[in-house]
Amino acid sequence: MRLRHPGRITVAVILILLVVLFVLDAAQRTAFDWPDVGKYLFDQRISQAALITLQLTVYSMVIGIVLGLILAIMRLSPNPVVKAVSWVYLWIFRGTPVYVQLVFWGLITLIYNSIIIGIPFVHTWDVIKIDWVPPLFFISVVGLSLNEAAYMAEIVRAGLLSVDAGQEEAAKALGMSWGQTMRRIVIPQSMRVIIPPTGNEVISMLKTTTLVAAVPFSLDLFGRARDISAETFVPIPLLIVASLWYLFFTSILMVGQYFLEKRFSRGIGRGRPAIENDPDAPVIVGGVGGVR
Amino acid sequence: MTPVQRATTPDAARPMVEAVAVSKRFGGNEVLTSISLRVERGQVMCVIGPSGSGKSTFLRCINHLEVVDAGRLYVDGELVGYRERGDKLYELKPAEAARQRRDIGMVFQHFNLFPHMTALENIAEAPTTVKGMSRRDALERGRDLLARVGLASHAGHYPSQLSGGQQQRVAIARALAMDPKLMLFDEPTSALDPELVGEVLDVMRELADTGMTMVVVTHEMGFAREVGDAMVFLDGGVVVESGAPRELLANPQHERTKAFLSKVL
Repeated sequence: MRLRHPGRITVAVILILLVVLFVLDAAQRTAFDWPDVGKYLFDQRISQAALITLQLTVYSMVIGIVLGLILAIMRLSPNPVVKAVSWVYLWIFRGTPVYVQLVFWGLITLIYNSIIIGIPFVHTWDVIKIDWVPPLFFISVVGLSLNEAAYMAEIVRAGLLSVDAGQEEAAKALGMSWGQTMRRIVIPQSMRVIIPPTGNEVISMLKTTTLVAAVPFSLDLFGRARDISAETFVPIPLLIVASLWYLFFTSILMVGQYFLEKRFSRGIGRGRPAIENDPDAPVIVGGVGGVR
Repeated sequence: MTPVQRATTPDAARPMVEAVAVSKRFGGNEVLTSISLRVERGQVMCVIGPSGSGKSTFLRCINHLEVVDAGRLYVDGELVGYRERGDKLYELKPAEAARQRRDIGMVFQHFNLFPHMTALENIAEAPTTVKGMSRRDALERGRDLLARVGLASHAGHYPSQLSGGQQQRVAIARALAMDPKLMLFDEPTSALDPELVGEVLDVMRELADTGMTMVVVTHEMGFAREVGDAMVFLDGGVVVESGAPRELLANPQHERTKAFLSKVL
């Protein structure tokens, strides 16, 4: 028998051997502290923190998608002022690291601790102190979602631009307003292009939630794992625990994304029935169509 | 003739479309140069000409899909796309332009049906969203219109499941659903396989028989000869020749018209 891909098989065997070696080695290393991994994997503090991470992800994504849609539509608006607002937003939020943004949001109450009513530099009538200190969870969601909105805006924009210009024209010719055209014609058709990268964004967001440490918010999965290890002085098993939870969630999301993509790629290249089967087609004999 | 006089013309005598020295340029390229023509009520006006002659652009100017740079275009006595105050023109707000377009139906070369809606939903869409018609009434009306274009049994089909000819017939029904007073056809059969052209022309002929005013940009000279009441030949953005289709096609006066017709007939 002749092997078809001898190179591939050799590489695969070597890789498998390396993995086996790594696993055997890891099992013996005390630093990994496997019994502790088992102990903390289903620790209630960890599972509760996992829930908070999920909440951060869901809230930030939902707000990010809605805001992103608004920004994308603004970016495509014929009004130059509206367009500029969207552009500046994207410029700032895509142009600075999300970690830095989160630190800023964490300090927001320090920056804006009062509202000054008056004419700037000239006269102050009143200063209203802001006593409200928003919960850190709230600040985290604000920071993550405002950043996400900038990325979602680009995804949505690509989706909207993927819709044939003739569609907008046809809607316009029917007397539909710009808003009606967007809502009824363009947005529904753009979903096919928007959904797959949005799935990626959800997965990405799940992992980005670890950055809320910058706020500093620490009740999320990674934050909690870090806090626990700070008490027990064994960071490595908790790192593994957190990683396993993240892997678990991203795996579920990847499966979901697969099915969503399959669903939304449907309807393209749908077979059209043969023309001969059309019982309604008028029978043309000769006809003016023939003279050309 | 000034606009003031035009406004006092009685309804029936007023032309449906009147272009007065309409010019249009894209960048430095002048596509329409001082086009003047009239389409009377109930008339079928055929616009012919080589590609790039500006005939589609002119059609799109009539419902303000393209903005006219100079000259005036009136539909049913109403200035298209602009408001006249004193001797100055102000472009209409998008909402006002949309209101003007409601009464003007348009059929495109590539149909431009909404692919995410069934044939029936395509037709019912504008009456419900634009005119506020109840969904039930709009669907009922849509069924009537589908029957009128011979597609009663295709109500639930998506555009991708229809042949080109069927799609174009749905597109005509969709335009008719808004009860337009004027129908614009932008090369409605050019994208069709030859054997599907006839069914679309049949629907258009029936529509013309009902007295609908139509402006048809077309290469179907047979249709133009049989159905058209008037014809203009456009070349290089100017009206080279106009007249009754039979006359113009049989006996072109201008060299350019002769040259063009010798190629297409």
